[in-house]
Amino acid sequence: MDPFLLEAILNGILLGGVFALPVLGCNLVFGVVDVVWLCYAELVMVGMYAVWFLHTQQGWPLMMAFAAALPVVAVLGVALHLCVVRPLLGAPPINQLLATGGVLFILQGGAMLVFGTDFRSLGVEMPPMEWGDVFISGTKLAAFCAALVGAGALWAFLKFTYIGIAIRAIARDREVMPLMGVDPRRVYLVASAVGGALAGLAACLLVVQLDVHPFIGLSFGPITFMICVMGGLGNMPGGFLAAFLMGVIVSTGGFWWNTEMSYVIAFAVFIVVIFARPQGLFSR
Amino acid sequence: MMGVALALAVALAVVPLLGTPDYFLHLGITSMLVALAGTGWAMMGRFGLVSLGHGAFIGTAAYVMALLWNEAGLSPWLGLPIGVAAAMVLAALLRYPCFRLRVIGHYFALVTLAAGEIVRLMIVALRDYTGGSLGMTPRLAPDNAFAAMQFSKAGFWWMALLVWVFGIVVWWWLDRSMSSKALAAINEDQDAAASIGIHVTSEKLRVTVISAGVAALGGALGAQYRLYLNPESLAGIGLSLQIVFGAIAGGMYSLLGPTIGAVFTIALEESLRVAFGTAFIGAAPLVYGVLLVLFILFLPRGIAGFFEKRR
Repeated sequence: MDPFLLEAILNGILLGGVFALPVLGCNLVFGVVDVVWLCYAELVMVGMYAVWFLHTQQGWPLMMAFAAALPVVAVLGVALHLCVVRPLLGAPPINQLLATGGVLFILQGGAMLVFGTDFRSLGVEMPPMEWGDVFISGTKLAAFCAALVGAGALWAFLKFTYIGIAIRAIARDREVMPLMGVDPRRVYLVASAVGGALAGLAACLLVVQLDVHPFIGLSFGPITFMICVMGGLGNMPGGFLAAFLMGVIVSTGGFWWNTEMSYVIAFAVFIVVIFARPQGLFSR
Repeated sequence: MMGVALALAVALAVVPLLGTPDYFLHLGITSMLVALAGTGWAMMGRFGLVSLGHGAFIGTAAYVMALLWNEAGLSPWLGLPIGVAAAMVLAALLRYPCFRLRVIGHYFALVTLAAGEIVRLMIVALRDYTGGSLGMTPRLAPDNAFAAMQFSKAGFWWMALLVWVFGIVVWWWLDRSMSSKALAAINEDQDAAASIGIHVTSEKLRVTVISAGVAALGGALGAQYRLYLNPESLAGIGLSLQIVFGAIAGGMYSLLGPTIGAVFTIALEESLRVAFGTAFIGAAPLVYGVLLVLFILFLPRGIAGFFEKRR
């Protein structure tokens, strides 16, 4: 096989790992609370700014900055839930969607006010790995491994803890669970916090690869939602697989054409998938 | 409501004759064109068909019009209808499968979002023709300004007023038609509506195509007025959300709601610009966002809806 194509496919898989975390977070929130956080990518942006600020401005070690970004974004997720989503739980889904769209503007405008419109770089680079003719960026590989660990931790949390099981149960049937003695309000809060923490983790993985600026959310926000819908909204394994599929499509599309066209193709694939399987690619 | 709208239109028609300063004419033209786009959006938005991708139609119409003028020398008088028609065809092609296959609610909103992004990225990718992210300017024709649709502020004022009235009339006509009742029924319960003989798919498709056409007309004319096209300001999620914000703030359930919303958002934008200047870049979207959230929490029917309820 052409080594460049092989490299594109490998890069696609690595990219999929980075997409996977926000997709899982979004799906978790949607599956449990039944609200799409349109500002999810902006939560990731806040996390990226947090890491950048703590590491380069405050001189914290990188790992400590990473560790701090997770709770910061988790708290933001909880605040989003309490201030915006909870009062709208009974409102039409459209109003919920648009209200979180308003939060998108708030976070974008806030980032511009506080940090300006400059591109901020962390300036961390790891040496590339080399396999014969194939070069793989060390940062991307590390981010990919961290994404897998994060996804694994989420799986374990949902599988083995009491609150995790309650979350999965609520996602399956939100009418019956309150009758079983589960307080849905608490479950919603936990899901929002975990969703926020996943955005924080995604932020840590993205900030080492990309420069952060106030509009960065718009560059990967749309594709995150596409992947969620492709895998089936609320369907975690589906979203996880779809993330890798989309990553490979984007990466190999960039190999054959150019970057914009690769995203055009990815979105076109998304629309075709929705028409072919409206409930998601991997629904049962 | 229609009476109020027509009286307003007559009053607005004489404004340029009174020697109004260019700055206020500019705000008025922008408001009317944004109002038109918002009115178009609300035609389907008020029936629960929330599109987060009306930028797709505006971008298509604007770029088709500008490229026909720059590349083929076709006057915008012909290019604009062709562009709007292209946007309507695009709307039909994109939305027919959506409605046919019952893509509704969140899924529908996200499909439209993808469509808006596709058009934005296509414009960027075809940078040899469209100038990519840097944008493009329609060729200036000072000796043939009328044919090139490049008039003074006053000329554009009447142009904008004309299309705004057109949008209002389309809304009014749609509101009085059987389609509006059918769409309200579909919004309540799609299966029940189908069972009493409403053609769900074709009703939705019709309102979508009309909505896309009206919004595209407003957006493309705005590009022609500014004589500058840019993928970020004519397609994509930012523009689409701003249209939605205007319509929601003003009230998407009343005839003049989106217009009130457009005037409100532009007045807000200008006063923020005057108050903060460039010292606080980002203050505008921040205030925007806070207001959007507050409106949805406390005034989901918008400013117009608030006053209607009072009466």
